[in-house]
Amino acid sequence: MTRTREWLYAWLLLSPAAALLALFTHYPAIANLWHSFYSTPKGARPAKFIGLDNYRALVDDPVFWQALTNNLWYALGTIPLSIAIALVMAVWVNGRLAGRGFLRLAYFTPTVLPMIAVANIWLFFYTPGYGLLEQITGLFGLPSHNWLGSPSTALPALMLVTIWKEAGFFMIFYLAALQSMSPHLAEAAAIEGASRGYFFRRITFPLLMPTTLFVLVNAVINAFRLVDHIVVMTRGGPDNATALLLYYIFEIGFRFWDSSYAAALTMVLLVLLGAVALFQFAFLERRTHYQ
Amino acid sequence: MRGMNVGVRAPNGALRALETLGAWVLGILWIMPLVYAFWTAFHPPAFSTHFTLDAPLTLANFVKAWQAAPFARYFLNTVILVTMVLAAQLVLVTLAAYAFARFTFPGRDVAFALVLVQLMVMPDVLIVENYRTMTALGIKDTILSIGLPYMASAFGIFLLRQTFKTVPRELDEAARVEGCSPLQTLWNVYVPLAKPTYIAYALVSISYHWNNFLWPLIITNSVESRPVTVGLQVFSATDQGIDWSIISAATLMTTGPLLIAFLLFQRQFVQSFIRAGIR
Amino acid sequence: MKPWMQMQAWLAGMALAVVAAGALAQAPVEVPFFYPVAVGGPITKIIDRFAADFEKDNPGIKLHPIYSGSYQESIAKALTAVKSGDPPVTSILLSTDMFTLIDEDAIVPFDDLIKTADDKAWLKSFYPAFMENSQTGGKTWGIPFQRSTVVLYYDKDAFKEAGLDPNHPPATWTEMREYAQKLTKRDASGNVSQWGVQIPSSGFPYWLFQGLTIENGVNLMNQAGTAVYYDKPEVIGALQYWLDLVNKYKVHPPGIVEWGTTPKDFFERKVAMMWTTTGNLTNVKNNAKFDFGVAMLPANKQRGSPTGGGNFYIFKKSTPAQREAAFKFIKWVTAPERAAQWGIDTGYVAVRADAWNTDVMKQYVAGFPAAAVARDQLPFAKAELSTHDNQRVTKALNDGLQAALTGTKSAEQAMKDAQREADRLLRSYK
Repeated sequence: MTRTREWLYAWLLLSPAAALLALFTHYPAIANLWHSFYSTPKGARPAKFIGLDNYRALVDDPVFWQALTNNLWYALGTIPLSIAIALVMAVWVNGRLAGRGFLRLAYFTPTVLPMIAVANIWLFFYTPGYGLLEQITGLFGLPSHNWLGSPSTALPALMLVTIWKEAGFFMIFYLAALQSMSPHLAEAAAIEGASRGYFFRRITFPLLMPTTLFVLVNAVINAFRLVDHIVVMTRGGPDNATALLLYYIFEIGFRFWDSSYAAALTMVLLVLLGAVALFQFAFLERRTHYQ
Repeated sequence: MRGMNVGVRAPNGALRALETLGAWVLGILWIMPLVYAFWTAFHPPAFSTHFTLDAPLTLANFVKAWQAAPFARYFLNTVILVTMVLAAQLVLVTLAAYAFARFTFPGRDVAFALVLVQLMVMPDVLIVENYRTMTALGIKDTILSIGLPYMASAFGIFLLRQTFKTVPRELDEAARVEGCSPLQTLWNVYVPLAKPTYIAYALVSISYHWNNFLWPLIITNSVESRPVTVGLQVFSATDQGIDWSIISAATLMTTGPLLIAFLLFQRQFVQSFIRAGIR
Repeated sequence: MKPWMQMQAWLAGMALAVVAAGALAQAPVEVPFFYPVAVGGPITKIIDRFAADFEKDNPGIKLHPIYSGSYQESIAKALTAVKSGDPPVTSILLSTDMFTLIDEDAIVPFDDLIKTADDKAWLKSFYPAFMENSQTGGKTWGIPFQRSTVVLYYDKDAFKEAGLDPNHPPATWTEMREYAQKLTKRDASGNVSQWGVQIPSSGFPYWLFQGLTIENGVNLMNQAGTAVYYDKPEVIGALQYWLDLVNKYKVHPPGIVEWGTTPKDFFERKVAMMWTTTGNLTNVKNNAKFDFGVAMLPANKQRGSPTGGGNFYIFKKSTPAQREAAFKFIKWVTAPERAAQWGIDTGYVAVRADAWNTDVMKQYVAGFPAAAVARDQLPFAKAELSTHDNQRVTKALNDGLQAALTGTKSAEQAMKDAQREADRLLRSYK
């Protein structure tokens, strides 16, 4: 194909996706950056250029710093754990354990239940006095605890909900990858007398790296995107202990109607995600092993 | 079909029993919310926190939930939405990934970087701007308007480009020699080989749009376009406090079909991954 | 063309024009409106029935009721629609959203629509407590529709068990504390199986807190919505009373008490007295398997409660015909009979005195006296916290209250910090 034809062909193939992306991602994102340099228009008062004022306010805002720290802890708490548990689940379901079918179903159910609905059920689990957790700890004579109502346990409680929701979803990908691994590898290892642990560490896990990268990208995106449970369970409280960045952005943008400050906060989130994405693709891409 | 444990020195009995126990404990923990939902949906509200075995069964919660909102319609809307979005995504993403994977043209890398921007700039964050755009386009309050911002999926383009790049060039050249146009090559060579990627991506997409809540709430007004998540919200934010019986009944009604589908088809579902495996 | 054929054509054309003009003139006025649902029950059906009945009486008007989620979601939808140039004609939104809507230049006052003497009388018929959040700067911006107050629900059976008179609910702060002490059941290892009293503090603790401050003599803001009084000694005192219930007398659960599960806590008899909205009345009646009572909130310096709930607003971007049509509907739906029936069906407080005098309401109260408690409390009720930049200024208070209740800050520190933040936010509105 001639250079020009190839060029034309490529752009034709790209154009529908490109048009939609430009309209619903790039244009709004740029508009967002633009708005972060202007004040919020209110009714008759138009927006005026205020330069870096929003960003200065951001630095001085204790709730923003708390939301940021919360989100980082939240990501740290949920991502490795949900991936690890997903991997363990996949290994278990893949092996010849009794009741595999049931286990597979049990692990995967959280995925089909919308967060809006299950958050309420988890609220029951955490309710002090007669909640499920209370009833169980009561059996063991442990004292009552207000999980969602104390700043120290509210965020970990929400992390558990997220891990519960995500692990089964990631398990499916690990399961597929495990089941597509050649049985010759296992046989060769057996001949060499390798232990299960050794086999897993040196062969299985490296071969699962592409899946891990795939799952990691999803997990990172979700750690910053999933805030439905906060809306139902704690509304960011107590005293911002469970405020995450995106939740704070929604609060600022859609409760306080301060669209320009929300735009500035959004830029922070974008830069953060951009940095994470860069790290993932640059560093981990190099370490994955493609067959 | 043998799993990876075959051939390796099998764990001794005690270790295996411990593992099975661990797997089961985790399984029970994981399915607890669903079990609870079943319990509360079929028992009167007085028993939603008491697990006495002889509590009376009832279908009243389902009746109340059904009357609270037109869930049948919401369910249909969600199915249409998810299918529409997935279909559009598959087409757009395939074309774009093919262009990035197999064509050389000026500005390709810049274009790809721009595409990747969408991985970080989620439509969830751009609600006000997108609402304005939808109004300008005149399609506000339609199922299409819920799905449109998501149809060009950077995640899909990235995944599929990766997969297409692993297709051996020889196959491509062979097809060309046979006289296939680039599109025919795409259809006959690349698409079949990328099937597991498509399945993985479909799973991500369906799960995302099935669960999506805030954007559909803002952009839809009428029963004809609202998805199930917005419908379920009617129980969540009341002055009167939470009635777990109704919420559970509504949840089961709306996710029941999906659960049953998974229950019946889980073998086939996983098999489709197996057949070539996700890399 | 022959002359009489010309004449015929001309006549036909005229006839057509007249018919067309008639049809155009009769094109119905479209009135879309958002409404939230914040209580249980078939609200959507009731609203749809209202719309259908109104349209029957008024064939030139087409109402489009649009369910818009909770109050929070409704204001979000309304303002998003305003900002993208496509708002509804009228909506039911929180009475406290008034300043926000004014600042966004989204609504018009009702004063231009209230012209006749009848209309003026109609406006005067609403309870003053509800009008406090509906008027500012001498204008009326909202019309009360689904309003509430905070009341005290108490477990009469638990009272009897504790040796208290079940027909005498606590009337003062001291009594409430003393009763709570008698009602709190604690076992040997210190676990509490029944708390004396609980006041929810999740989400919007400011609302319940206002009950305490009004009872201690002050409300939290001025009428113009430009100043708040979080750090007044009476306010700090009110917070200290709440904290003492938790920390000193240990009759109130620790940490943040969840609003959504408080009624359930009451049904489960985990708490003997609860502060919550009158909107829960039907819910409690249906689910409490014991004898319960409803009382006005206890007094300290005076009785008091904040009001709550939603008003009708009319949006600016609408034609005069639409505004008139919306106004007609608002008058229609707040007529005494309908206001009474709405109150009975939903648990909201009927917003006009003459609604309480209708036969259907009198019958209802005769069979269920607890329903009248909220009305009896209205003379003591004051405006709900509402200022410019309302949500943020309120959040400053909410955060402070939650910090104090979880022991992170002292009452004084929490309120002073909240005041400082609120002052900063309100500076540009003074």
